[in-house]
Amino acid sequence: MIALLMRDLRLAVRAGGGFGLGLAFFLIVVVLVPLGVGPEGNTLARIAPGILWVGALLACLLSLDRILALDYEDGSLDLLATAPIPLEGVVTMKAAAHWATTGLPLVLAAPLLGVLLNLPGPAYPWLVLSLLIGSPALSVIGTFGAALTVGLKRGGLLLSLLVLPMYVPTLIFGAEVVKRGAEGLAVATPLLMLGGITAGAVAILPFASAAAIRVNLR
Amino acid sequence: MMPDLGRYAVEVSAAYVVSLALIAALVAISLARGARVRRQLREVEARRGRTDV
Amino acid sequence: MSIWEYANPKKFMQTSSAVLPWATALAGAAMLVGLIWGFFFTPDDFRQGSTVKIIFLHVPAAMMAINIWVMMLITSLIWLIRRHHVSALAAKAAAPVGAVMTLIGLFTGAVWGQPMWGTWWAWDPRLTSFLILFLFYLGYIALWEAIEDSDTAADLTSVLCLVGSVFALLSRYAVNFWNQGLHQGASLSLAPGTRMDWAYKAPLYVAMAGFVLFFVALVLLRTRTEIRARRLKALMARERIEA
Repeated sequence: MIALLMRDLRLAVRAGGGFGLGLAFFLIVVVLVPLGVGPEGNTLARIAPGILWVGALLACLLSLDRILALDYEDGSLDLLATAPIPLEGVVTMKAAAHWATTGLPLVLAAPLLGVLLNLPGPAYPWLVLSLLIGSPALSVIGTFGAALTVGLKRGGLLLSLLVLPMYVPTLIFGAEVVKRGAEGLAVATPLLMLGGITAGAVAILPFASAAAIRVNLR
Repeated sequence: MMPDLGRYAVEVSAAYVVSLALIAALVAISLARGARVRRQLREVEARRGRTDV
Repeated sequence: MSIWEYANPKKFMQTSSAVLPWATALAGAAMLVGLIWGFFFTPDDFRQGSTVKIIFLHVPAAMMAINIWVMMLITSLIWLIRRHHVSALAAKAAAPVGAVMTLIGLFTGAVWGQPMWGTWWAWDPRLTSFLILFLFYLGYIALWEAIEDSDTAADLTSVLCLVGSVFALLSRYAVNFWNQGLHQGASLSLAPGTRMDWAYKAPLYVAMAGFVLFFVALVLLRTRTEIRARRLKALMARERIEA
């Protein structure tokens, strides 16, 4: 399983497009918002948590269809499905690779982009923590969407339509953590909910994703 | 005949008109599709007729 | 006489063709009576004025929006476990009805809030949850449309419905959390049966019954179409092979 993870990581970094693209998109979103909303500092400070979370979420979407599509096209997915490792494990490793190459960079980039949006000082650690806890959920949910649409030629838009509504709970609680952190309020509830959702998603979705892949490989 | 809807005439009317229009559209589309599929199926089955094993 | 007999497409077609005229008639009657009664023969509310008349659309539609998704969930499970095509096709047939009900619930709900909030839309937790539910309906319908093979589509949409249900529930709680600070207690909807005068309750119940029957009739009709469409597809595929 580790070998699979390393392989996917290497592929993602080498093939390019996935790795830097997500970060670049995140930057673009964060630049566009003040251009659209106006440069007024207080306004930006108030919406910064939400913008950063939505930006991270959208940036995650970009590389989702590549998680499985490439392997599907060249037949490796068939091989992986019949390999001794359970398909659920394969799927988890793919989600992990996506997180390492897309989610994690976003977590690290977020504080820098927070500066652009006038994010209040106390919020920064909460920004990083909430993204750190929430982004694995984004990868796992995204992998499920990718599993559903892997057989489709132009499944990208459909993938977004399927996945984005499922991102809503993570988004709400994640942004809430940052908002409350900015004001110094208690963050325990949203933080626990965020963690719970990620834990539940990581535990259960690989089974659904594996089932969907098996259906698509028939 | 029409009740006096008072201040909220626009809102209440809009609610009813749009809702009923949506329901009507749904029914119309369902019926149209149903009729089309039934007709196509009849054609195909007629073509196959007794030659169908 | 088990319900599973109706899983047989032929038996389903026979039974539904007998039931459909009755269901349609009853649905039409109940909806007409309920809505006409509610619209023309109820008094204005002290606080809400004539907008209270919107409940006769909003409450039944919202109720159906949820119930239809639950029906889709159950029929999806039946498909996954027992592989009855009629079940999968019933879910497919029900989805657009559920989506329209959600839309009606959204529109009437938003309009109902207009006098209270002065805007044509408010991010009330209930409305927001319904908006998200609408997105789930759209995704489900889109997935059915996107996939060529009928059985594959049935399987994938069933899994989506299962997973989606969990997230829809989670979203409901998340959205309540998201908006709890603003509208404490001043929630938009009037839960049926709570402190509602019988002048409103009676036509409301009739309207609700009407919407339920409407759904039953329409889903029977649509499922029949889906069964025929599936057969049509199979026959046309065979034609192509034999040509």
